[in-house]
Amino acid sequence: MTSGRVAGKVALVTGAARGQGRSHAVRLAEEGADIIALDVCADLDTVPYPLARPADLDETARAVEALGQRILARQADVRDLASLRAAVDEGVAEFGRLDIVCANAGVNNPGAAHELDDEVWSDVVDVDLSGVWRTCKVAIPYLIDGGRGGAIVLTSSAAGVKGYANIAHYTAAKHGVNGLVKSLAQELAPHRIRVNSVNPTQVDTPMIMNEPMFALFCPDVPAPTRADFAPVSQAMHLLPVPWVEPRDVSNTVLFLASDEARYITGVALPVDAGVLIK
Amino acid sequence: MAGRVEGKVAFITGAARGQGRSHALRLAEEGADIIAVDLCEDIKSVDYPLATRADLAETVRLVEALGRRAVAREADVRDTESLRAAVDAGVAELGRLDIVSANAGILSNGQSHELSEETWGDMIDINLSGVWRTCKVAIPHLIAGGRGGSIILTSSVAGLRSYNGVSHYVSAKHGVVGLMKTLAQELAPHSIRVNTVNPTQVDTAMIQNDSMYHLFVPDVENPTREQFGAASAATILLPVDWVESIDVSNAVLFLASDEARYITGVALPVDAGALII
Repeated sequence: MTSGRVAGKVALVTGAARGQGRSHAVRLAEEGADIIALDVCADLDTVPYPLARPADLDETARAVEALGQRILARQADVRDLASLRAAVDEGVAEFGRLDIVCANAGVNNPGAAHELDDEVWSDVVDVDLSGVWRTCKVAIPYLIDGGRGGAIVLTSSAAGVKGYANIAHYTAAKHGVNGLVKSLAQELAPHRIRVNSVNPTQVDTPMIMNEPMFALFCPDVPAPTRADFAPVSQAMHLLPVPWVEPRDVSNTVLFLASDEARYITGVALPVDAGVLIK
Repeated sequence: MAGRVEGKVAFITGAARGQGRSHALRLAEEGADIIAVDLCEDIKSVDYPLATRADLAETVRLVEALGRRAVAREADVRDTESLRAAVDAGVAELGRLDIVSANAGILSNGQSHELSEETWGDMIDINLSGVWRTCKVAIPHLIAGGRGGSIILTSSVAGLRSYNGVSHYVSAKHGVVGLMKTLAQELAPHSIRVNTVNPTQVDTAMIQNDSMYHLFVPDVENPTREQFGAASAATILLPVDWVESIDVSNAVLFLASDEARYITGVALPVDAGALII
């Protein structure tokens, strides 16, 4: 493909094995980008739902290649700078450039702030905030050296703008991501590298569709299900939908990554069905 | 490949030139038919020439050159009936309404305590109340269509922060952001989304005039476009003097398209970082 909206560019996506990350990889590939796809592909002791598997990352690779684009998929942990750097170095060596960064990897584990274990707090902040910084840290030198500008899209959340009870660590981390957006936008503007965030509401992915999250949203329902969760989630939104799809976030990432947004930087862009103004 | 707004109809105010014309053409490129309105007259409290009938005719010619239909009317956003007549005629001819771009706006300047009643009044009447009137006449068509819709109000960086010497403009553009949030509440049950674009300086006739050059470069007797460019660049992060109309149009297109189907109530800056400098 030569006419896509990000044709000929190379995009780094973390958390790319499934969910929003896979969707971003596929959407960018549909529009002509090659992909460096990273995922930890292992569970975390502090996260109460299964994380992605190596087979999931393989499926992302298959989906991107089916679109006629190249992909380099590697297991890497955003808590571990060396693993990130090794994977990004290898990807840029293979594809010859880097243009787009989607710092998407994230986890959650609900609980009242005063009852969170230190390990739970630390892992959520380490993955959702510091992991985003580490992703940028290893990618930025390639963007600067390329001399062609670039676009960094950090995955924040509606929880990066407003507070939610019982996810204080997640809310703090995502607010931190929006602070990071603004500082990076300042630092990188002279290089024509733009930095923005997407701020989704609930997205239909395994990070949301699990029993601990259902219980967070439906505290009065014993053993709540997706069906119990839907009306509660919808009641948070202005638009008549219970959640958004990964594709909706990916379309926004694509817009911000493309040259159509060449003068948009430092922005937190909600994909939230109106949750922030309800 | 089908366009990103293929088969839809967009109602655009201030469509004779500048950002409005650019929005009309960008949406038409992606498959929309256009209802284009503009005042096509000067206003006494505005000290640069506004668009002409010839400008509006040129917008129509350019839309038609893209293979799309255009219904153009001279209408004043200060006059509900003229707007209603235009949108009714457009919907009658083009068969539906999906997208509204409330874009018409003016700029003047002066210290708050020195603004005349007329200068203040025209600004609020056009840049804020005119946006409300545009929505007022369009919303019944969107609701009646039963297919949802997307309304994009043109606010400004000045809708989110202040600038010295344009308090009427800042007040009107802040008001537009408030209007957007309330409309998003009211219209969400109909799957009609409402958002704003908030540009920094855009390279149009509203900005590129002596009055604005003096506002940005107060210490030079006859500031040039280049001197204005340097002063403008100092207000934004990215290494550009201003943004182009097409950049705002690309944001309007994104918000108008189904790619943004779950984005509502959002103020989207197209500002080269002006808000965080």
